[in-house]
Amino acid sequence: MSDKKIRVLVAKPGLDGHDRGAKVVARALRDAGMEVIYTGLRQTPEMIAEAALQEDVDVVGLSILSGAHMALTPRVMELLKANGQTHVKVFIGGIIPDEDLLQLKEMGVAGVFGPGASTEDIIRDVQTAVAG
Amino acid sequence: MTYSQAVLNGDRLALARLLTQVENNAPDGRTALIELFPHTGKAHLIGVTGAPGTGKSSLVNQLALYYRKVENKRVAIVAVDPSSPFTGGAVLGDRVRMRDLSGDPNVFIRSMATRGSLGGLAQSTANMVQVFDAAGFDVIIIETVGAGQSEVDVARLAHTTLVVEAPGLGDDIQAIKAGILEIADVLVINKADRPGVENTEKALKSMLELAHPTARVFQHHGSTMRTAAPENDSSTTLMWIPPIQKTVSIESKGIVELAESIGRHVDHLRQSGDWAVRERARLEVELEALVREALMNRFHEDVPQEKYESVLEKMVQRNVSPGEAVKILLNGR
Repeated sequence: MSDKKIRVLVAKPGLDGHDRGAKVVARALRDAGMEVIYTGLRQTPEMIAEAALQEDVDVVGLSILSGAHMALTPRVMELLKANGQTHVKVFIGGIIPDEDLLQLKEMGVAGVFGPGASTEDIIRDVQTAVAG
Repeated sequence: MTYSQAVLNGDRLALARLLTQVENNAPDGRTALIELFPHTGKAHLIGVTGAPGTGKSSLVNQLALYYRKVENKRVAIVAVDPSSPFTGGAVLGDRVRMRDLSGDPNVFIRSMATRGSLGGLAQSTANMVQVFDAAGFDVIIIETVGAGQSEVDVARLAHTTLVVEAPGLGDDIQAIKAGILEIADVLVINKADRPGVENTEKALKSMLELAHPTARVFQHHGSTMRTAAPENDSSTTLMWIPPIQKTVSIESKGIVELAESIGRHVDHLRQSGDWAVRERARLEVELEALVREALMNRFHEDVPQEKYESVLEKMVQRNVSPGEAVKILLNGR
C-alpha cells in the first residue's frame, strides 16, 4: 500500500535567534498530519537547500524576523532551482513589510504569513499549494 | 534513466526521490529495490539507540564527523522520530544536532517518521538502508526514536548496535532488566561530565559481569575472593563482551575511543563469522516480513469483505471466539 505524506522543511535562515513562531507552525503542521523537518537556528541558504534536497520535501517554510528576507529568499529559491527542486513550494513567515509582498510573489514565493496569521490558514494554503 | 541507474551514478536528487518512493512503498520504490539488491551488502550498519535526551543525535553527528575526517568514508544517516498516533504527523528534529555535517557532499542525512511502527524504527527503515548501501555509502548510521526498554528492532538491522545511556537515568535494577541493554554491542555513557557518571558505569559493569563471568578478584565482607573464568570452549574465546565507552559529544570527548571500539567489533564479527550470521538473520527477518505482507494481501483478495464482516460480527456477538473465527476464514468453513 502506498502511503504519501506532505513533507515540510521549517528553517530559520539568517541571524535572528527567535524561533517560537517557527516551532508553533511546525507543531500546527504536525497536527495536520504532515511530516515536518525542523533544522534549528542560523541556517545559511546553502544548508537549507541541502536539507530540502536530502529530505525530498514538498514545501520549505522560511521564518525570517531580521528584515533580511529580500536577500535570503532569492538565494534559497536559486539554490533549490539549481538542485532541480523546482516543484518545491516556498512559504515565508515573519515580519515582512507589505511593499515587499509583490516582489516576493514574483520570485515565486507561494505565500507569506505575518504576525497574527492563523495556523488554519497556513495549513490550508500549504495543502492547496502541494495539491495544485 | 530509471531511479536505480541514477542512484548508482551518484545522483543525489534521484537518491532523495527514491528514498521517498521506498518510504511510501510506491511501485517505483519496489522496482528499484529489486534492481538495487545485487549492489547491497557492502556497508557497515551502525545502530544507535537509547532513551530520549541521552544525546543520540549529537553522538551520531560526532561519529559521522570522525568517519569523514579520519577514515574518509562516505556516511549516510537515517534518523527516525515518532509519528503522532492521533494525526499521523511528526516533527523530525534530529538534524538540529547535525549541522556540523552540512555542506559535505559525502554525507547524506535523511529523517523519517515511524508511521505507526512500535519497535523504534519505521517499517521501511530497512529498505531505506538498502538504498543507501547500494548508493555506495560505506557507513550507514541508523538512529532510532528515543527508545524505552524494548524497542530492539535496530539490533536485527545493524551490524553494530550502540546503546546510549546518560548519568542519572536509572539504578542497577534498570540495568538487570531484559531488553534494550541486552542488544548492545557497545555501551555508551554520554554526557559523562555530569554528576552520577560513576554510578551509571558501576551499574552497567555489574550487569555485564553477570552476563559474562570472567576471572576476577574482589572484596566480599572484608575478605578477598576469587572466581575462575568459565571453562574455555571455542565459543567463549570468541565471545564479544560489550565495552563501556564514556563520551561527552558536545565537546567531542571519547569519540575516537568509541570509533575504535566499533572498529574492534567489526573485526570480531569478521573473525568469528558472526558477520555472516547477522547478515543471514537480517535477511531472514526481511523475508519473513515480506511473506507476511504478501500472505495478508492474498488473504484479503481471497476472502470476500462481506464474509470477513459477518465473521467479525459473530465475534462481536460472542457467537464465535477469535480462534474459531480464524479457522472459519482460512478454511472457508
